[in-house]
Amino acid sequence: MLKFIGKRFLWMLVTLWVIITVTFVLMRFAPGSPLDVDDVGMSEQARANMMAHYNLDQPVIMQYFNYLKNAVTFDFGPSMVTRSREVSDMLASGFPASLQLGLVTLVLAVISGIILGVLAALRHNKMIDYVTMFIAIIGISIPNFIQAMLFIQYISTQFDFFPTAQWGTWRHAILPALALASGPIAIIARMTRSNMLEVLTEDYIKTAKAKGLSNFQIVVKHALRNALLPVVTILGVLVASIFTGSFVVERIFAIPGVGQYFVESITNRDYPMIMATTIIYSTIFIIMMFIVDVVYGIIDPRIQLHKKEE
Amino acid sequence: MEDRSQKKSASNVPDEWFVPLPKEEQRETVHHKGDSYWRDVMQRLFANKLATTGLILIFLLTIMAIIGPMLTEHTYRSQSILNSNTAPNGTYWFGTDELGRDVFTRVWYGARVSLFIGLAAALIEFIIGVAYGGISGYRGGKIDNVMMRIVDVLYGLPYLLVVVLLMVVMGPGLFTIIIALSITGWIGMARLVRGQVLQLKNAEYVLASRVLGGSNNRIIRKHLLPNTSGPIIVSMTLTVPTAIFAEAFLSFLGLGVQAPVASWGTMANDALGVIQTGYWWRLFFPAFFISLTMFAFNVFGDGLRDALDPKMRK
Repeated sequence: MLKFIGKRFLWMLVTLWVIITVTFVLMRFAPGSPLDVDDVGMSEQARANMMAHYNLDQPVIMQYFNYLKNAVTFDFGPSMVTRSREVSDMLASGFPASLQLGLVTLVLAVISGIILGVLAALRHNKMIDYVTMFIAIIGISIPNFIQAMLFIQYISTQFDFFPTAQWGTWRHAILPALALASGPIAIIARMTRSNMLEVLTEDYIKTAKAKGLSNFQIVVKHALRNALLPVVTILGVLVASIFTGSFVVERIFAIPGVGQYFVESITNRDYPMIMATTIIYSTIFIIMMFIVDVVYGIIDPRIQLHKKEE
Repeated sequence: MEDRSQKKSASNVPDEWFVPLPKEEQRETVHHKGDSYWRDVMQRLFANKLATTGLILIFLLTIMAIIGPMLTEHTYRSQSILNSNTAPNGTYWFGTDELGRDVFTRVWYGARVSLFIGLAAALIEFIIGVAYGGISGYRGGKIDNVMMRIVDVLYGLPYLLVVVLLMVVMGPGLFTIIIALSITGWIGMARLVRGQVLQLKNAEYVLASRVLGGSNNRIIRKHLLPNTSGPIIVSMTLTVPTAIFAEAFLSFLGLGVQAPVASWGTMANDALGVIQTGYWWRLFFPAFFISLTMFAFNVFGDGLRDALDPKMRK
């Protein structure tokens, strides 16, 4: 087990290194930079100072090592657009809102996804099953940013209860979280449902019934535990989709989060900002994947991690 | 005594029997047509109402993508400022946008863009993924190990974020979207194909084919690929909505196709500015048709998977 975690940890570091390097290389190749535009007529000295300010005066290989060193400490230097501000400070100011939204979304997705999936499986081919599957198909079919906009157009403008363009109380979080969560809810519900249907036909469920256990005990203690195992594996991917979704949903609802900055930095070609956001999100994602793999190994005793994985 | 008689009988076997058949030429020529399996699959697929609906919708959407922009006298880029933001009426069936461009024409023009990207992404993913996964799984050993470690690292990267990054570098446009989606999209397919090939390459019928002198090429073409085609087709079908979503997402971020070309993502993005003004048709039509397309491909892909899954057979 420890050997597996160690090995997996090393691979995580390699993946992190790859994403940092790829980001660096891509951004060096990216066309245009805010520094090229000197409509005010930048003097040679000013340009040189500017280059030094962004560490662009050194050879590329030195820039790379500097960058690698700074990335480890999450120090990404000053922004190219808001020149007086450090990228890390800007990200730190947006992080709380993004984190809140992300957590609310994740909790909402996991809890309602599992509940819907279980109910659908227990009432297989009954009304609630069809309703759940219908919700699931809708959740997968309508892109999250379209949902967000539809929510504003058809719900927010009609009911004052759901304010937009602000962030503060829990009421601000409902609609954006719902728009972000519906895709993951759909995926979790479908997966839970099909796993439950499979597990419920197993012999040990019959045994449990024969022992005289209550339905609740059978479902929660025997069926659900096994049905939820595969769901754990997709959590990493879901978190990634919530991240990327939050870029646009934050923009649509005007939530002052990291996603807003990211979208702005793309439009403004603010490379330090793009790099920083990419690396932070990738890091969180890669760490999530690592945790998911390890947790999966711990909760499913049938998996022998030290054996070669297929 | 028994041992001895067995030895004797073994030595009675004529030596010619042990001469291997010449390769390829004299191989067994009887092929199993194998179409009854696909007939079964089709039957199960069409028994599934939702999947059939999906297939019909895909068909209709494709037809409309081809002829839709030709049904009106407006083009996707012709502007008519006097008629800006007109509600749907007899001339402008889905209304107009702020430049007076016909939303109906633009929606179907966007369908062309979306379907083209979806199909191109699925096709490229198929080619790269099958080649990579096939080689990796079939060769096995060190080659497999190295190839899969590379895939593992790439698999650990957040897909859409990498696409966004690539688009920032390559610049917006139809073909850069397809390239960006292809660079990241084949990984899942490669893993899938490799897993299938690993499972199948030691199957007895593959061994039988080898004994009968089947070449690697023949084994891959005649045995491995047909038997993995089910999951591959399902994966391709489900790639289409993913790619369509990615295009809309990128266009929404301003990284997709560029004006005046219409895409569902850019149309939704344009509608964001007028979202609280009551010009509901600006958002509704692109939103409706992108969702319908995603719905169609998703239910069709799901239906296909169920139809191909031998576990469902009774």
